Amino acid sequence: MERFFLDVAHLLAGGLVLTSFMLLYQTRMSSLLVVFALQAFVLTLAVGWQAHVQHAPHLYITAAIALILKAIIIPYALSRVVVRLGIHRSIETVGGISLTMLAGMGCVALSMVVMMKAMAAADPLTREDLAFALSVVLLGMLIMVTRRNAVSQIVGFMSVENGLILAAAGAKGMPLVVEISVAFSVLVAFIVIGVFLFRIRERFDSVELQVLDDYRGERR
Amino acid sequence: MIAVPPFPLPFDPTMAVLLIPLFGVALLAVLPFYRLGARLNVLLTFATLLSALYLLVERPPMGRYLFVDDLNVVFIVLGTFVGFTTSVFSASYIGHELEIGRLTPANQRFYHAMYQALMFSMNLALLANNIGLMWVAVELATMSTVVMVGMYRTHAALEAAWKYFILGSVGIALALFGTILVYMAAQPVIGEGYDSMVWTTLVTKAHLLSPDLLNVAFVFLMLGYGTKVGLAPLHAWLPDAHAEGPTPISAVLSGLLLNVALYAVLRFKMLLSANPGAIAPGPLMVVLGLVSLIFAAFMLYRRRDIKRMFAYSSIEHMGIITFAFGMGGPLANFAGLLHMTMHSLTKSAIFFAVGHIAQVKGTQRLAEIRGLTESHPVLGWGLVIGVVAIAGLPPLGIFMSEFLVVSSTFAREPLLAVPLVFGLLVAFGALMLRLTEVAFGEPTGGMAPVEASYVPLYSHLALVVGAGIYLPGPLVVWFQNVARLLG
Repeated sequence: MERFFLDVAHLLAGGLVLTSFMLLYQTRMSSLLVVFALQAFVLTLAVGWQAHVQHAPHLYITAAIALILKAIIIPYALSRVVVRLGIHRSIETVGGISLTMLAGMGCVALSMVVMMKAMAAADPLTREDLAFALSVVLLGMLIMVTRRNAVSQIVGFMSVENGLILAAAGAKGMPLVVEISVAFSVLVAFIVIGVFLFRIRERFDSVELQVLDDYRGERR
Repeated sequence: MIAVPPFPLPFDPTMAVLLIPLFGVALLAVLPFYRLGARLNVLLTFATLLSALYLLVERPPMGRYLFVDDLNVVFIVLGTFVGFTTSVFSASYIGHELEIGRLTPANQRFYHAMYQALMFSMNLALLANNIGLMWVAVELATMSTVVMVGMYRTHAALEAAWKYFILGSVGIALALFGTILVYMAAQPVIGEGYDSMVWTTLVTKAHLLSPDLLNVAFVFLMLGYGTKVGLAPLHAWLPDAHAEGPTPISAVLSGLLLNVALYAVLRFKMLLSANPGAIAPGPLMVVLGLVSLIFAAFMLYRRRDIKRMFAYSSIEHMGIITFAFGMGGPLANFAGLLHMTMHSLTKSAIFFAVGHIAQVKGTQRLAEIRGLTESHPVLGWGLVIGVVAIAGLPPLGIFMSEFLVVSSTFAREPLLAVPLVFGLLVAFGALMLRLTEVAFGEPTGGMAPVEASYVPLYSHLALVVGAGIYLPGPLVVWFQNVARLLG
């Protein structure tokens, strides 16, 4: 039974890393959001599984938040923003896809080496969960630095957050996990509302950060 | 600890420090009148300051959720004091902004509520006896400042708020990962559940925790909270946030929020120092501190915006403070604490002056501000004293703390003192260059008198000058105790 628990947890955490890679090579905004919703769904399963294995009912709340907010509401809201801004077809990336994928593999290798070494003595379930979680965090940051568009940066940030929730859920008996996931959801909601509001008020002509750079105080 | 309190209080001062601002958030969010809102803001921050001062007299027992020790009480008293004086400054500043129509009455309600929310979250971060709670509080503080930075709704303000938001969020994400790792290290030793995140338990059991895990955790925590301190490779949000938001927010950002993030770093540094197997956290802090100092010192020369320039000066000083704490030992820690206190007081005083200057001159551009001592002598000389202090000239407070940092470094690692002194001198040159242009010569721009109180500005300056000439004995003893605690 132990073995089975471990294998399913592995499968789900590994699935999360896989969806992070899928986020890396999406070139269209709408498909990026679909993949993100998929990632949030995998996260729901992973956290739900941890709740079952650890007999920690409060983790089901975290899983529910992930499902409702991140797999349904936020992707839907963002896709509306994206259509309204007319940027649903294109994504600007810095550097080529293949280079980004290579960097992504480097991130995963790094997190495996670091976590396996640092937690050599720990229980394998937690150890490998944490190694996968760190990979998701690093890949999310990679998405943030390789995209110039504000909406895809939000997607990158939410993917970082997914990694953190996975880590927190994997840490056995960690208190405040639910509170932390609520705090993060508020943060993300703030960001999404922010982008939404600014557009409604017609303050930006574009949410391309490249354009925003021109308004910096240095060049006034 | 003093056993018998001088007079009994009907309430717990620790809770008062938190509950007064929390009450303020609710109250000020609904009050539509500007004058009443601003006055209540001052009153509430004053009440918070009084309860913080009471913590000095009577130390409440260590709780499971909140605790007070020699270290955080320094930060709390300093924070609530600067919070109070800034609220006095902010009352006249925001009044002027409402008059010229840059802010609407709805904005000011929101602003005052957020100001109290910031006070609450900072006090919570400092008092929390739980590393998870501390993280949540730092995140709250970030959120409340982000919305205030973007309050003017101009392109530049929104961009600054966006950048602050994204970089700050990445920073707190890294810090959370570090926090989880610390829990993972503690869990096999202390056991599952709440106790493994309690700071006081963690530090007593620190020598038993897995050193490898603590090392990895510290790297994440240092980078995460270091982003909020404004250390060099991760500082990009800081100048924008200071320059584009309302000036009172620049004052609290520099004077308080950077210190709160630094406090978090120091707490985890103490945890690592208590574990014999872990890496020494000092060298990482020393390197980040020196890089920030030298980078910011050079950046000071190219500034055209007065608030942006002093924002870079904040990066420079946070670099010096991080360097001092990274060196460690009683003398360097003492110098770091003193420098942090002096920097908070001086930098917020400078931002008070800059706020009035930007309002009377109608611009923040350095090139359009000339001859301040001629057109506005009281304000101009206030700025001169502030900048002379921040540049580190004797006999002011910052000279003393910088001198201590340099001399303690010379005594232990003479080679490190070379880049340190170099950075200090470069920054000194830049500040003096700009100061002579701004303060002296033919006055330009608006000549209207300043309709505001100089009390916050000059009370801070008086403290800085006073501390440079004479440091009271009890304060020295107190700081020495804290320095020893920091290891």
